Amino acid sequence: MTSLERSTPAFAYLGNGPDALGQFGRFGGAYMPETLMPALRELLQVFQAACLDEAFWARYRQILTDYVGRPSPLFLAENLTTDLGGARIFLKREDLNHTGAHKINNCVGQILLAQRMGKRRVIAETGAGQHGVAAATVCALFRMDCVIYMGAEDMARQATNVQRMQLLGAEVRAVHAGTATLKDAMNEALRDWIARVEDTYYLLGTGAGPHPYPQIVRDFQRIIGQETRHQIIDKVGRLPDAMVACIGGGSNAIGFFHPFLADPGVQLFGVEAGGLGLASGRHAACVAAGRPGVLHGSLSYFLQDDDGQIRNAYSISAGLDYPGVGPEHARLHETGRVSYTSVTDDEALSAFHWLCRNEGILPALESAHAIAFARQLAPTMTTDETVVVCLSGRGDKDVSTVMGYSEAQR
Amino acid sequence: MNRIDATLARLRKDTRSGLVCYFTAGDPDFVTSLELLNGLSAAGADIIELGMPFSDPVADGPTIQDAHIRARAAGQTVVRTLELVHALRATDANTALVLMGYLNPVMQYGRDRFMRDAAAAGVDGLIVVDLPVEHAAPYQAAARGSGIHLIRMTAPTSDSDRLARVLRDASGFVYHVTVTGTTGRAVWAPDDIATAVARLRTHTSVPIAAGFGIRTPEQVRQLTGIADLIVVGSRLVEVLAARGVAAALTEVGALAAAIEAGK
Repeated sequence: MTSLERSTPAFAYLGNGPDALGQFGRFGGAYMPETLMPALRELLQVFQAACLDEAFWARYRQILTDYVGRPSPLFLAENLTTDLGGARIFLKREDLNHTGAHKINNCVGQILLAQRMGKRRVIAETGAGQHGVAAATVCALFRMDCVIYMGAEDMARQATNVQRMQLLGAEVRAVHAGTATLKDAMNEALRDWIARVEDTYYLLGTGAGPHPYPQIVRDFQRIIGQETRHQIIDKVGRLPDAMVACIGGGSNAIGFFHPFLADPGVQLFGVEAGGLGLASGRHAACVAAGRPGVLHGSLSYFLQDDDGQIRNAYSISAGLDYPGVGPEHARLHETGRVSYTSVTDDEALSAFHWLCRNEGILPALESAHAIAFARQLAPTMTTDETVVVCLSGRGDKDVSTVMGYSEAQR
Repeated sequence: MNRIDATLARLRKDTRSGLVCYFTAGDPDFVTSLELLNGLSAAGADIIELGMPFSDPVADGPTIQDAHIRARAAGQTVVRTLELVHALRATDANTALVLMGYLNPVMQYGRDRFMRDAAAAGVDGLIVVDLPVEHAAPYQAAARGSGIHLIRMTAPTSDSDRLARVLRDASGFVYHVTVTGTTGRAVWAPDDIATAVARLRTHTSVPIAAGFGIRTPEQVRQLTGIADLIVVGSRLVEVLAARGVAAALTEVGALAAAIEAGK
């Protein structure tokens, strides 16, 4: 396979960032209005103190074990493997977490930070609603007030998740601006935070945003990769040959990849949403089709026009429908450590059905993008090689989207 | 001489506060926007603050967000904004003009090229809402090289350590965000503003502008003599949107009269 070309590279970046300004190379930073800069600094200080506090991590792990249900299994997908006849395919089952996705890992860590900071009000943005549900869940657990900003378009696509958040006691505020999707929800969450920064904790859910969020989200999502490392060594006696994860802002991918960055034999693939195809202009493939720029506090790859106006992203999957990627991904692309690619809506849908029928697992449409790429990759690999796919979430929320699409195709 | 410096020197001589009027470039369209800008000095604006439309203006409330949407729908871009300033200079060579916007359009235009072209068009200052002091150095150098003031911003949440850092290299004036919130939020606490301005003066001798949430002639009158410059934005954008150029200029006149009355 192509990994031979990259078997012994000297990569410039192995995950030891960010620097003091929150930068991963030239990417990242904290490009925010002055009003929020002191709060970001306070958050960094609280996070750094927490990182050195063994009791903090013990509490985090205890909640993940007793409440979230970790470790999540690493499942050998024998039917998929047999179907393709190439590398053995393992699935990291983040879909089996409480609330149904990897998002809860980050929320558990950040709600503990909010508690350390004495905040009682939590706000969050959400796209597919998975982060919103996870945020509402930890707020219920810690008895905090919770306001979720969600694009009106996404509320229509993910109605079940809206109801789940409401049942958990969160107030869901519809955002009608722009394309009424994740980017616009994040704008509104930031405006709320600017207005109520004194009493409010912003529980950011993706690997993007201003420093220190990309680092915080990564460090609370690293559990995915850490467990995977132990589990794959247990099962096959060595590290995997390839790992695949979907990328919207990139939180599941960064947590999954990070513990493997210094292992050059492990090829890493980030799969962006190709929507209707890159040539159509209707996609969310920011690394492939974007340029470095600044949005939502960090310098990274964004879809934009020549005037620097952010372009609308599109994907069948609400969770990938974001016009940027987290800054550490931008750095990992620049250094070549992670290969970023994309699959289309159709390929993701086909993979969705393939996984349902062959393994009895209904994946989130986001995760179906990773499955779709693994489906292309595994046959190019040998039967003694392994590929691990991060199955970042379950697909119950997507049933109506998938059925509607099938109707439309008919 | 930079027109901001000239304006501030004149205001100091007259011992009065100056009026800064914010409008969004190209709102609702280029021609109307130019007509408005041409009338601002005569109506009583000391400094024109011209917003550069952006797709994701996170520091702005609904009023200015809508102005950005209208302007972009009418084809406003960075290039067109510089053309607008250039066109204004045909009739108004002396009024100081500050561009206010978000970093990405400036970055994509090209930092050095932007400063050069902005200076050539007749821009005197630049406020970049999402460019904190941590990342400002290369932009500050480029602005200075073109004779443009990169305006520093402070907020009610800035503590003393931070103020010292933010204000160390301040030039032109300092823009103090008077409310913890987005533009146009109607919270009125003039005593807090006075306290904040007094605190800023312990860190800098650069003149201080107060902005965000200042709407009425009465509010402007109350800040006269406290802040060196008083910024009114969302209120003017609202009047322009609802009642047009003549009404907006009348509103500017009322604000300018309030400064005279409070002198």
